[in-house]
Amino acid sequence: MEEVDVEPSTTVTHLGFEWGPGDLLVYETNYKLQGIRPRSASSPSVHVVRRDEDICSPILRKLFNESHLIFVGLQKIKEDVPSKNKKSQFVSISKNYRSVIRACMEELQQNAGKRSPDTHHVSILLAIELIWNLCEVLFIDAAPAGSLLLHLLDWVRLHKSDVDTRAREVLQSDSPAQHQSYWDVVISLVLQGRTDEARQVLSKQASLRAESSSVFKRMDVLLQNMPIFNPAGTQTLTEFDVKWRHWHEECDRCLQDNTFASNRHLETICKILVGDEDTLLEQRELLSTWYHFLVTRLLFTHPTIKPPDLHYYAQSSMNMFLGPRASPEPLDIILLSAFEFDLHQVIKDCSIALNNWWFVAHLTDLLDHCKLLQSHNLHFGSNLREFLVLEYASGLFTHHSLWQLAVDYFDHCPEFGRVYLELQIERVPLDTERKAIKVLRICEDRQMSEQVRSICKIMAKRALRNNRLGSALSWSIRAKDAAFATLISERFLQDYSNKGFFTDLDLLDNLGPAMLLSDRLTFLGKYREFHRLYGEKRFSEAARLLLSLMTAKIAPRSLWMTLLTDALPLLEQKEVIFSVDQTYELMSCLEELNLGTKDSNQTDQDEDIESTKTELLRLALARNLAMAIVKEGTIET
Amino acid sequence: MDPTAKYISQKISRTRWRPVPAGLLQQPEVFAAGSWDNESNRVSIWSLGDDDSDTDGEFDEEPRLLCDSEHDGDVTDLQFLDGDRLVSASSSGAVAILKLQPDCQALSLAHVWERAHRYSCDNAPCTAVVCRSPELVSVGEDGRVILYKADQTEVVRVIENADSSTIHAVTFLRTTEVLTVNSIGQLKMWDFRQQSDSPAQILSLTGDRVPLHCVDKHPNQQHIVATGGQDGMLCIWDVRQGNTPFSLIEAHSAEMWEVHFHPSNPNHLFTCSEDGSLLHWETTSGSDMSTLLQRGWNSRVVSHSGVPLAGEDDSVVSSWLAGDSSKNRLEATHMLPSQTLSVNSLDVLEQCLVCGTDGEAVYVHRQLPNFSI
Repeated sequence: MEEVDVEPSTTVTHLGFEWGPGDLLVYETNYKLQGIRPRSASSPSVHVVRRDEDICSPILRKLFNESHLIFVGLQKIKEDVPSKNKKSQFVSISKNYRSVIRACMEELQQNAGKRSPDTHHVSILLAIELIWNLCEVLFIDAAPAGSLLLHLLDWVRLHKSDVDTRAREVLQSDSPAQHQSYWDVVISLVLQGRTDEARQVLSKQASLRAESSSVFKRMDVLLQNMPIFNPAGTQTLTEFDVKWRHWHEECDRCLQDNTFASNRHLETICKILVGDEDTLLEQRELLSTWYHFLVTRLLFTHPTIKPPDLHYYAQSSMNMFLGPRASPEPLDIILLSAFEFDLHQVIKDCSIALNNWWFVAHLTDLLDHCKLLQSHNLHFGSNLREFLVLEYASGLFTHHSLWQLAVDYFDHCPEFGRVYLELQIERVPLDTERKAIKVLRICEDRQMSEQVRSICKIMAKRALRNNRLGSALSWSIRAKDAAFATLISERFLQDYSNKGFFTDLDLLDNLGPAMLLSDRLTFLGKYREFHRLYGEKRFSEAARLLLSLMTAKIAPRSLWMTLLTDALPLLEQKEVIFSVDQTYELMSCLEELNLGTKDSNQTDQDEDIESTKTELLRLALARNLAMAIVKEGTIET
Repeated sequence: MDPTAKYISQKISRTRWRPVPAGLLQQPEVFAAGSWDNESNRVSIWSLGDDDSDTDGEFDEEPRLLCDSEHDGDVTDLQFLDGDRLVSASSSGAVAILKLQPDCQALSLAHVWERAHRYSCDNAPCTAVVCRSPELVSVGEDGRVILYKADQTEVVRVIENADSSTIHAVTFLRTTEVLTVNSIGQLKMWDFRQQSDSPAQILSLTGDRVPLHCVDKHPNQQHIVATGGQDGMLCIWDVRQGNTPFSLIEAHSAEMWEVHFHPSNPNHLFTCSEDGSLLHWETTSGSDMSTLLQRGWNSRVVSHSGVPLAGEDDSVVSSWLAGDSSKNRLEATHMLPSQTLSVNSLDVLEQCLVCGTDGEAVYVHRQLPNFSI
């Protein structure tokens, strides 16, 4: 959408607006604040205000497409698989979604700087991935005490990647111990619980100073001894807890003994290991977020935290970290709700904070599959998951290209999906036949016969307007639309009476079983066949056909005169073609025609022509009858 | 081996390999892709990356974009005229020649025939274009067949009202003959040496007139033609012989969009369809059951008409037309890992296959499995 460079008008006009499926139409009215002033020069343009601009970003489109594939795959997971295997499946699907988000984010970051909306998208995607990852850890994976903290540590490490870059920077410098960020790196690693790496960096320092090496060795031993829970191992949680308490006491003892008094950095580290909250809060800059503070705090005070206890620590950590005056951002509130295991609040807050429904729809769908959402019937009939997926898909449908993805989403909304699809699919603009064919395939696969008929009718009418009778016929055959086929046949016959010959012979000669779609079409096909037989000089067959057209009442009354006139040359042939019975039939047809009410609008000239024709026909029929009687009465000797 | 997928943020209507110079035993590396249904459509050129700069040769390189150019209207068809010229057909009725700079850095419009296909008061989409340098033939929804020469600005010949319904695809049979398929299920042969505007021959299936969407000629034997239609049936025809196709195979469950014989190994056929699958068909003649079972094939219903051509030398009879169904089997394998949205286009050259889908993804197979030249 371009910026409209228009000078704002000096008088304020009222704007009118109209809601569309995804956009808003805004126009200037003639009403001004002072009153109605007719015929004032108002801008004649209508502005389209697009609600969701994410859909237009080319890089985000990849997100929509790839997540569509994952969504469809998720719906296909069978119900009868035992729940243990399903959990791992769900976790891997969640990881798939997250990797798609990350890939998108990386690509946006590569292109960032050129366009400002991209940086905005990057930060939103970062937040989305953070929330999704936390939901995966807490809800989908649902780790028990012990491994819960490990997962949370992974979560924090994933989202604080600058530690790695700084560590690498320090280690690759000439004298790492003298690097200004040296201690920051060590402390950050300790804060993230990466004791082995911290020891590795610390060893650079130890090798330098011989006299204080014992202190460093002590720290090294402390770090090395820190127990880490191994979920796959044989150690139970209680055993781990006991071991951890021993270690914690030892750290405390070191602190009391002032072992590290000589080096304030090591003292800080020891205080961190003990879990001293004030020291942790001092590292605010290195922690940078309250949830990092939370996890670190838990790591060093309460590593066997159980999921239900999490929220207490979360609330207090946030309050401590942010301080009394700072107010939490929406992201913080969402994360807090997640720690409190309040799924609905998370979804609600995300829906409000985010621009489009992509995130909430997919996350809710996944959580619903994990059976984590109570079926929460909303006032308007469908449940939460269906509501969100429908909203997302409806938003997709307004896009000129992504509407095809939305079809699959509607398919998996059992209550209202079909209705939504029926309404939306008819409004897809059909510029080319190929697009119409695709839309029709979607409708036919779902037995939406109303929509099939209406789309075929649109295409057939367009073809008819452009004089493509063959196309129009093939569309009405597809829709099995007898009425339209009749219309097309009328056009053909009209063309024939105007021009005197048939156009589009390739179509008429090859109608095949489609001929039976409508009576008029059958007549057309047979009539053309009559002409062909006549052209091939197979007169008796032609004659029989002609007669059957009239007697079987396939031919419309209006064309009987034309048919009878066509019969004239056959009657005038040297040899007798029509038998006696056939001639009687023809005569009766002629009389039936004449018995019909005379058209009062006919001019005298027309009446003359009609009567001349009738006379000629009567004469020809009489002569033929005579010859036929003679022929049939003659005995061949 | 799974194909590499690349999402390119536009629905792909056509993908074509850039031809490799003959004689060099190179695998194709550059392909063109055309988009459709976008507010602004593009023709883009992609490269599969060099192996020299890549240290770990096993990793599949994702295709990367070399250049692209805006295109007015949907790209309804794309064909390489030669190594650096590309012909595109548009839904606005125009046929354009695009020139690719030698280092693939830019794509520019060399010449365009605006409104080649039109109605009296509207634009008619051009549905297909085929080239045999320097001649081009295009067909469209207006039922016209138009012959052009690449260097001439005026069209060479127009066959007006060639068809009363939409012509969906066209292919060259001989230098002066083309075969078109239309939406009432007819194949029409046109001879440009003849002055009259009527087809030299018309073939169609008896029975329901199912629209045909694609056609391809056997690379070595000009009378064998494969078509695919709205019901997903693959038909093999012999155009010398009458009105019925030689084989009717239930290939797909929805419209078949493209059918291609492999240009150098015609025992292999590839089809792609609206139902999201891409199938690789192989005729095997004279193999015994054990090898077939070992390969784990997935065969479809095959109906061969049993009459071999009279007076034909056995060695010349193509395995597609040979009648004895116990000796000749058709194997079909799915080339894409899972069901995607419609696969709109495919192209195959040497050992590489590229296809584009409505899910805005391009899939590239660099080493066709079970394939030996």
